[in-house]
Amino acid sequence: MKRLVPAEPYNGGVTSAPPSPTTVIRPGPSPARLDFASGIFDYAPAPESVRPEIAGSYGLFIGGTSVDAQGGKRFATTNPATGETISEVAEASAADVDRAVAAARAALPAWSALPGIERGKYLYRIARRLQERAREIAVLETIDGGKPIKESRDVDIPLAAAHFFYHAGWADKLAYAFPGTDPKPVGVCGQIIPWNFPLLMAAWKIAPALACGNTVVLKPAETTPLTALRLAEICDEVGLPAGVVNIVTGAGATGAAIVEHPGVDKIAFTGSTEVGKRIAKAVAGTDKTLTLELGGKSANIIFEDASIDQAVEGIIEGIYFNQGHVCCAGSRLFVQESIADRVTAKLRDRLATLRVGDPLDKNTDVGAINSRAQLDTIERYLRIGRDEGATLHEVNGSALPDAGNWCRPCFFTGVQPSHAIAREEIFGPVLAVMTFRTPAEAIERANNTPYGLAAGVWTDKGSKIFEVASKLDAGVVWLNTYNKFDPTSPFGGFKESGFGREGGRHGLRPYVRL
Amino acid sequence: MSDRLGVIKTYKLFIGGKFPRTESGRSTRVTDPQRGVVAHVCHASRKDVRDAVEAARKAQPAWAGATSYLRGQILYRLAEMIESRRAEFIEVLASDDADREVDASIDRVTSYAGWTDKFPQVWGGANPVAGPYHNFTVPGPVGVVFAIAPDERPLLGLLSMILPPIAMGSSVVVLASETNPIPAMILAEAIATSDVPGGVVNILTGFRAELAEHIAGHREIDAVHAAGVDADQRRVLREGAAENLKRVTVRDTAGDAWYDASCASPWWIEPFVESKTTWHPSAT
Repeated sequence: MKRLVPAEPYNGGVTSAPPSPTTVIRPGPSPARLDFASGIFDYAPAPESVRPEIAGSYGLFIGGTSVDAQGGKRFATTNPATGETISEVAEASAADVDRAVAAARAALPAWSALPGIERGKYLYRIARRLQERAREIAVLETIDGGKPIKESRDVDIPLAAAHFFYHAGWADKLAYAFPGTDPKPVGVCGQIIPWNFPLLMAAWKIAPALACGNTVVLKPAETTPLTALRLAEICDEVGLPAGVVNIVTGAGATGAAIVEHPGVDKIAFTGSTEVGKRIAKAVAGTDKTLTLELGGKSANIIFEDASIDQAVEGIIEGIYFNQGHVCCAGSRLFVQESIADRVTAKLRDRLATLRVGDPLDKNTDVGAINSRAQLDTIERYLRIGRDEGATLHEVNGSALPDAGNWCRPCFFTGVQPSHAIAREEIFGPVLAVMTFRTPAEAIERANNTPYGLAAGVWTDKGSKIFEVASKLDAGVVWLNTYNKFDPTSPFGGFKESGFGREGGRHGLRPYVRL
Repeated sequence: MSDRLGVIKTYKLFIGGKFPRTESGRSTRVTDPQRGVVAHVCHASRKDVRDAVEAARKAQPAWAGATSYLRGQILYRLAEMIESRRAEFIEVLASDDADREVDASIDRVTSYAGWTDKFPQVWGGANPVAGPYHNFTVPGPVGVVFAIAPDERPLLGLLSMILPPIAMGSSVVVLASETNPIPAMILAEAIATSDVPGGVVNILTGFRAELAEHIAGHREIDAVHAAGVDADQRRVLREGAAENLKRVTVRDTAGDAWYDASCASPWWIEPFVESKTTWHPSAT
């Protein structure tokens, strides 16, 4: 086995002979340097102590009440960090979706006729309750989805509350958002969301829809239904009129029933490009409007005049945040050739210090992979990457729990543009590192993908950073930062990363008829 | 009427700033109830569509890279060119309200000439994020847009379909009115003698039913702007568009609605822009 030590020259995989097909770099002694993987920086366990109440089973939230699925079908939701079943939820059939759409339709006239200021106050109430119940919901999010508690606590839940708070204020100002028009709601919105940011995606979908006077039928992902059902409880707590928000749990068939339902006026989907295209075809012959927030293979470009340490933090944040289960993850790293050695060495050091393990531990950086199926996908790409001749750097030595789904963060060097790991979305903590020589080459290669969701650029040269940013085909461009989100900031992709924006004034557009 | 035999013109296609004949070799007669055959127009094929899209793709980056001010001046110049051909347009429109249509067409071009440097201010802006970041959203062109013009209002309708994308830096290929394609080809001559760079506007004459599926499935087309299509063509366009997630906008505008100033509202431009949001830390 070949082992990369600091003294060995970096080959970049571009100009020198490709590494042998099975090259894997694992942690090993590097006597000349501080060994970050040695355990000297180990932390004592710091588990989150709050335990949210979790019922043995949950129904569907239709017309303001919890109901069983017709026929009583249910499925288990598990904790991906332990493999244990947490609870059971109802599996909505087409008939259940029909009930939910009917409830949303029935609620629509009164809800859309409500003065904007009144609609807004319901959203403010939801935002407040989310803030008040934030800790409990953060823990639930982590238990159900496997993400580190520090992320659900500091990012997911506060941002979800902020989305409701932000959109609450739009409800009585829509005419100013679209000057010269009299904006009307679209109607009943069918919303299908993924498992990577369960509550936050629910907030992104529900808050603008409600602010604009629509009613919704939302389907959370089958592996992460619990926080959306908490949100249903909150809707009930704050007295939201019955039927304005309906939540139907289930898998692909439930989603298909929403897409195909003739009583749905608009579909909003966040998920894979493959499913997004199927949905676009399915609604082609109908009057349904559509927004899609799909996959990505976002480029993070590091120029030689960047602040390297800051950039390395940004790379880490870009790809390992939420186990890499992020549609806008910076999964392709383009490093200018002159600094490739330094960046790779720093990346290895930093990677070695990431703590992988119990998501409920407050010091955990990388939690559990959301599902066995997703872990299989990631492991398949790790095999493909090695088989295609790239060099895998597995420098993280965290001790992993026995049960659950785990993947240590890692990166590949010696990646060619034609490699699957450089072209396809992996949706895991796997980074493909490539090098470039000129800004023009970086831009060309960054844009050479059917996707166009996000990009990152790192340089301390002001004029260069804006020029490169303006030429990247991406809906969100992070300059000297990465993976930042805000309800006022529109998010969404170019090209096959979907269409429509979520957040900001732009995010209201799909929810109004002008 | 004199005995002189008129010279009947065959209108060619307008691709990449040039006037090629259709590669298919097919043409269609244009007849007038009073005068009989008045002209021939090309019957564009799929290959012509591909050639036109290629020309549009090639021209697009430079057009998008031009300043908004310059794009505005070029579009205003186009308004001047149409104004100077007013009599010719009125003649080929051959309708009761041809005068009104030419007036409205010139005004529409003038209106969009003014949007080039204003739409980004109306639709874009700074976003007050909760953190130490400078954050702003700017609309950019979607890329290559295929426009399908309605049969009615052969000049005004066509212009209303191509101006929203080109104002913001996209390039277009447009399929002209099937029932009266000649005004579109006179427009091509006006464009060719204006300052609009070759390839930014490409004009084809042909048949929607024949080309819709090909347009929808073409992976180098980023968006479709169609009017005058039936429910079936609309479905074909949207279904095929799913292949590369083209943005498809179908207008139901009809009759006098084409004269309405709302056809030059920012909400006509918005489907043909991609909003890019940029973040940068703000710190010392």
